[in-house]
Amino acid sequence: MTRFSAWSVFCNGLTGQKGWDRQWRDPEPKSGYEVVIVGGGIHGLATACYLARNHGITNIAVLEKGWIGGGNAGRNTTIVRSNYFRPGNREFYEHSLNLWENLSHELNYNVMFSQRSHVSLLHSPAAIDRAARGYNIMRLTGSDGELWSLDALKKNVPHLNYGEDARFPIFGAAVQRRAGTARHDAVAWGYARAADQAGVDIIQNCEVLGVTRDGGEIRSLETSRGTISGRKFGFAVAGNTSRLWQMAGLGALPIETHKLQAFVTEPLKPLLDQVVVFGVGGTHFYMSQSDKGGLVFGGDLDWYKSYAQRGSLPIVQDVAECAVSMMPCLGRIRLVRHWSGAVDMSMDGSFFMCKTPLDNLYLNGGWNYGGFKASPASGWYFADLIANNRPHETIANHDLKRFERGYHIDERGAGPDPKLHG
Amino acid sequence: MIRIPCPFCGERDHSEFTYGGDGSITYPPLGASAKQWHDAVFQRRNIRGLQTETWHHVFGCRAWLRVERDTRTHEIKSVRAAHPGGQRALDKTP
Repeated sequence: MTRFSAWSVFCNGLTGQKGWDRQWRDPEPKSGYEVVIVGGGIHGLATACYLARNHGITNIAVLEKGWIGGGNAGRNTTIVRSNYFRPGNREFYEHSLNLWENLSHELNYNVMFSQRSHVSLLHSPAAIDRAARGYNIMRLTGSDGELWSLDALKKNVPHLNYGEDARFPIFGAAVQRRAGTARHDAVAWGYARAADQAGVDIIQNCEVLGVTRDGGEIRSLETSRGTISGRKFGFAVAGNTSRLWQMAGLGALPIETHKLQAFVTEPLKPLLDQVVVFGVGGTHFYMSQSDKGGLVFGGDLDWYKSYAQRGSLPIVQDVAECAVSMMPCLGRIRLVRHWSGAVDMSMDGSFFMCKTPLDNLYLNGGWNYGGFKASPASGWYFADLIANNRPHETIANHDLKRFERGYHIDERGAGPDPKLHG
Repeated sequence: MIRIPCPFCGERDHSEFTYGGDGSITYPPLGASAKQWHDAVFQRRNIRGLQTETWHHVFGCRAWLRVERDTRTHEIKSVRAAHPGGQRALDKTP
């Protein structure tokens, strides 16, 4: 495998870019592995990568029903941040941000991580108080966060609607400077390449059709490419966790599958240097500008449960209204693409990473809106869980039993209604 | 856009409605065990396919409806009034 360097780029530039080879193999599945990860998204690939790097386990298969980068890895808004306030979440996402900061170097693959600041607009004195509390918690627990006055905000993000007659006048902003965006495909490909180099078999077009149990354990998976057995199994299929869970005969979960849309406009010259979030009442909208110049928009869920990976029009209208309300100069810009991903919405808005009722099965799911930024730490802690058969203390409360204990990890305080945790 | 045939108002855009959630849940009696309440409040079958769910016609007749919808295709198979009295009134209407 070619190691990427300035020298390799230079040499291939002189030889017509013909010297690059495949980034990962396309192996036939073996009949058995030590660890079988279901789900070749960024979480599954990162898990395989860290199982190999941190725990020395390399006899691993990652099963992907489609192709690498074709599921939610390619259906997100590429935002990375760690502005979480609840114990467990804040340490987890801060660890993730720390991994992001060195990820291109670790993977020898440019994930184009751009720490361009994440700016949450505040529209009332109460919102400023709430943000001050939250961002102080972040500072006390080792992350970074600051409040910007209206003057500082105007200087840094000049094109917002600062009019006093705006529908929701802006009072200031809560900012995390180390947050930003990354190139979503590159993260998936970088982890796939790193895992493959360590000997992991990445098996695409391999859909799990059934789970064969042997009492309290999984013995093998029936897949579209044959039976694959393993000693340990990890599910990392957020969006479809419930389906796989039921195939394993495990019944109900505190998860509903919803769809989340994202949008990109025609390319523009550089206009917006940060990720900017507009949050008023029940509305939620965020945007950033990609390296190709398109503005990437994200909004609310579609509000009803769905496995269809396509969005509906009311949210298109809602997102467009928010964009123009926040930045009126976008009024004549056209949306060129929008897409929708199926996401696991959990009962408290936080994820699950835990042991399961089956001895050799481990669960990684329930990522709500936050799966992309979480993926490095998700792989890190999930590998730790699988290798050591016990949860790391950071994720000790991210188990399926937490509702029985009354331990909700509910950042929004929205209660047990999955669609409200956007 | 999903079009929901409200039995009281006729076919309307889903943006007139609020999604209620899984309509197959029956809540246990008040004195039931914590486990039964936990299962009713937190656990979901999260059906991929035809599921029964509730919708509230907020910008219409304000009635709660019980809808059978396919969560893969959004196709609606049936719509009834969620309240038995409402459904009885509909059944009697010629």
